[in-house]
Amino acid sequence: MGSQPVERHLCIPGKTENLEFIRNFVSGMARKAGFNDKDVNKIELAIDEACTNVIEHAYRDTGEGDIDIDVEYDTQKFKVVVADQGRSFVMEDIKIPDMEKYMAELKVGGLGIYLMRTLMDEVDYRSKPGARNEVRMVKYLPGKS
Amino acid sequence: MSGFEVKRKDVETISVIYLKGYLDAHTAPDFEKSLQTLVDEDRIRIVVNLAELNYISSAGLGVFMGFIEDIRNKGGDIKLAELTEKVFRVFDLLGFPVLYDILENEQDAIAKYEEG
Repeated sequence: MGSQPVERHLCIPGKTENLEFIRNFVSGMARKAGFNDKDVNKIELAIDEACTNVIEHAYRDTGEGDIDIDVEYDTQKFKVVVADQGRSFVMEDIKIPDMEKYMAELKVGGLGIYLMRTLMDEVDYRSKPGARNEVRMVKYLPGKS
Repeated sequence: MSGFEVKRKDVETISVIYLKGYLDAHTAPDFEKSLQTLVDEDRIRIVVNLAELNYISSAGLGVFMGFIEDIRNKGGDIKLAELTEKVFRVFDLLGFPVLYDILENEQDAIAKYEEG
């Protein structure tokens, strides 16, 4: 029983008003998985950033289209997949900003992916253009990476 | 129903904005509007009190970044005060402490303007 993974799925309209619900959904599970407050906050923020990117970029703020969130965790790791059927992008094309330069130039936006990569242990992106985009994020329980 | 509130208090030439709740892509436009109002009124000596803000994402940080250059060019500033540890960690992750005055309390932030 103890080592069986726990899986939950959430399908929710891609609207910013749903971000709070999404954060509560994910942080509740992260807490159950055994993360401390600091790590729960990191996971919550990373998932918010992924969903905000979907809402603003994949669905271009139209409010049309769903976000599928799959959470799976066991005693080793916590995995979240955020998927959409909107406009795709190639993650490799998005350069991780040189933060000092970036902040010095006071640029707005585009920080979501930087944050996701900083907050989680693994982040990767898969896309079937026109069908489905997926961001897969993993965080290991302390001492399990 | 929104878990976010913006309040404002003017202290002579300084305006203090109080943010409460969560600042994300949904609520960032409200904060943006209140900063824009201050800029329009030419009240650009701003302190943002974050004592009751319990969450911020990059959409919220983007609002600070979107205004700071214009406000500084006009001779003003945005100083931050009373951040909770959780919110400070996000600011810190993105290098804000180098670029913004972040003060322990509101009075210190106001005093910083008075120092010149």
